Amino acid sequence: MEKTWNNKAWFLVLPVLLLVAFSAVIPLMTVVNYSVQDTFGNNQFFWAGTDWFVEILTSPRFWDALWRNLIFSGVILAIEVPLGILIALNMPKHGIGVPVCLVLMALPLLIPWNVVGTIWQVFGRVDIGLLGYFLNSLGISYNYTQNPAHAWATVIVMDVWHWTSLVVLLCYAGLVSIPDAYYQAARIDGASRWSVFRYIQLPKMKRVLLIAVLLRFMDSFMIYTEPFVVTGGGPGNSTTFLSIDLVKMAIGQFDLGPAAAMSIIYFLIILLLSWVFYTVMTQSDAEQK
Amino acid sequence: MTNNSSGSRFGFLIPVIYIVFLLLPIYWLVNMSFKTNSEILGQLTLWPTNPTLRNYTVIFTDPAWYNGYINSIIYVVMNTVISVLVALPAAYAFSRYRFLGDKHLFFWLLTNRMAPPAVFALPFFQLYSAFGLIDTHIAVAIAHCLFNVPLAVWILEGFMSGVPKEIDETAYIDGYSFPRFFVKIFMPLIASGIGVAAFFCFMFSWVELLIARTLTTTDAKPIAATMTRTVSASGMDWGVLAAAGVLTIIPGALVIYFVRNYIAKGFALGRV
Amino acid sequence: MSFSWMAWTLPTAIFFITIFALIAALGVWEYFSPGGGPRVGILRFETTRGDRLFVSLLGSAFIHLAWLGLGGPSLWWALALSVVYAIGVFRFV
Repeated sequence: MEKTWNNKAWFLVLPVLLLVAFSAVIPLMTVVNYSVQDTFGNNQFFWAGTDWFVEILTSPRFWDALWRNLIFSGVILAIEVPLGILIALNMPKHGIGVPVCLVLMALPLLIPWNVVGTIWQVFGRVDIGLLGYFLNSLGISYNYTQNPAHAWATVIVMDVWHWTSLVVLLCYAGLVSIPDAYYQAARIDGASRWSVFRYIQLPKMKRVLLIAVLLRFMDSFMIYTEPFVVTGGGPGNSTTFLSIDLVKMAIGQFDLGPAAAMSIIYFLIILLLSWVFYTVMTQSDAEQK
Repeated sequence: MTNNSSGSRFGFLIPVIYIVFLLLPIYWLVNMSFKTNSEILGQLTLWPTNPTLRNYTVIFTDPAWYNGYINSIIYVVMNTVISVLVALPAAYAFSRYRFLGDKHLFFWLLTNRMAPPAVFALPFFQLYSAFGLIDTHIAVAIAHCLFNVPLAVWILEGFMSGVPKEIDETAYIDGYSFPRFFVKIFMPLIASGIGVAAFFCFMFSWVELLIARTLTTTDAKPIAATMTRTVSASGMDWGVLAAAGVLTIIPGALVIYFVRNYIAKGFALGRV
Repeated sequence: MSFSWMAWTLPTAIFFITIFALIAALGVWEYFSPGGGPRVGILRFETTRGDRLFVSLLGSAFIHLAWLGLGGPSLWWALALSVVYAIGVFRFV
């Protein structure tokens, strides 16, 4: 759609701008201020320069958490996006099945995150959980509180359980907006199932897929509550992701300076990755038009 | 689509298996909420052998528990209303006009959606203390706008771009003022979009815990925080924990049930 | 209402004033010659000068972090490197 150039549109955006600036810019400035100072409480601050940044950047603890988090996000995207598309393609298109599917699938999305953690904590337990009990009776000595690999598997399955529905719902919204005429034309041309997907459904889903991939990436990169409830970051540090590490530092140890420095590094990484994602996908969008 | 476009005859099995996978852990929670603690910790049973309502009675008779639900619902509803109201004009501006710095503003809004709450938890506490807003519902509602407003703008912009511009122009020629056109003509056209945006705002505000917990102490404490506190205090009362968990699922389930027609309608509109 | 909790220092204040000044300057530039001078540079997609400023600032932030992480000498060198980088971005991207 051709848009008109009109700077008065700023007035329409102003409420959003003020509201978000209040909640985003002031805290961000505060974090920057804290990151270069040391404090012993009582709003007494001492200049520390770049010491905290050096400390964080040279600590193996930070790099481990970063890699762990990147691998986690990669695995999550690799499972949830294809699975979400597959499920959306096979959803019923009309009849009673549609609302039933939508309501049931959206259910995990509306469970508070710590409850999701609680559900899986209980479900996976060997003594009182169905999953843990079942796996152990199959002869697999599954125990997510002892074995790092099992803890990882549990956290990943939990995230797939929790968030795949978001991808499904968004893809489904994209799919249903395709007019029947497209499918009829494809049928007349004798198009294969794959080419219908590749040339009709996938392009139409592009915009919603952009939203889904961005949302899933960002959320998995700042995941905190669910793994914290299930594993508490352990066993050892094996499921300590960036946010868990950060909260440990900021609230657990009250190291404001290092925590603020880590926040900034964390935020910059997210900013960079999101910008890359956003640019790549909007560019491919523009090329298609 | 008159026939199943996916082509395969057993395609319907995929969503069915997926839904079973979704419901199993939830079933387990519901199952536990009707058991006594001795049964939970004793033999593994697939359904409660002597069902009890004790766990729910505990929650409904203790103000510390049920106030948590009321608090959560108050700030979530406030947040949803604020987010959608401010996002509507902004999304209209983004979908219809080009203006100074529009693309960067849009990206900047999205970066706030991406910012990890852990980064903001501490300065938020200081910020809202300075304004004397700690432990109020409005504080949590405004704090959650940080990620909900950008999302609402993004979703609404998508829906609004689907409405042809000719409709705006015709309305202006017919002598409609902008506010009247927006409320009388434009909003009904994107009603489904508003429904979807409200759904997402409700959802993300309802499930967020870190910020909500940081900004509240007693009067506005959300249910999710009440759960963590009570569990650590009284050891592991699995039954009450499960019952509280089940009760947090219910408001969400109700919301989905109400917006499902909106969503379906939105799909129908998109096909025109 | 007091803002002492924000713990302002002169260097951070200068930092934020610089950033806001850059954004304001860009706004003025954009106002007098709208469009943002879009072109396709070495990254092979279209950028406007706003994008170029963003890439410069973000890249500078990472240059500084790398400098600190690798234990380089005075941070002023990192700043000089960032300026060179920013000029490169505005010239070629």
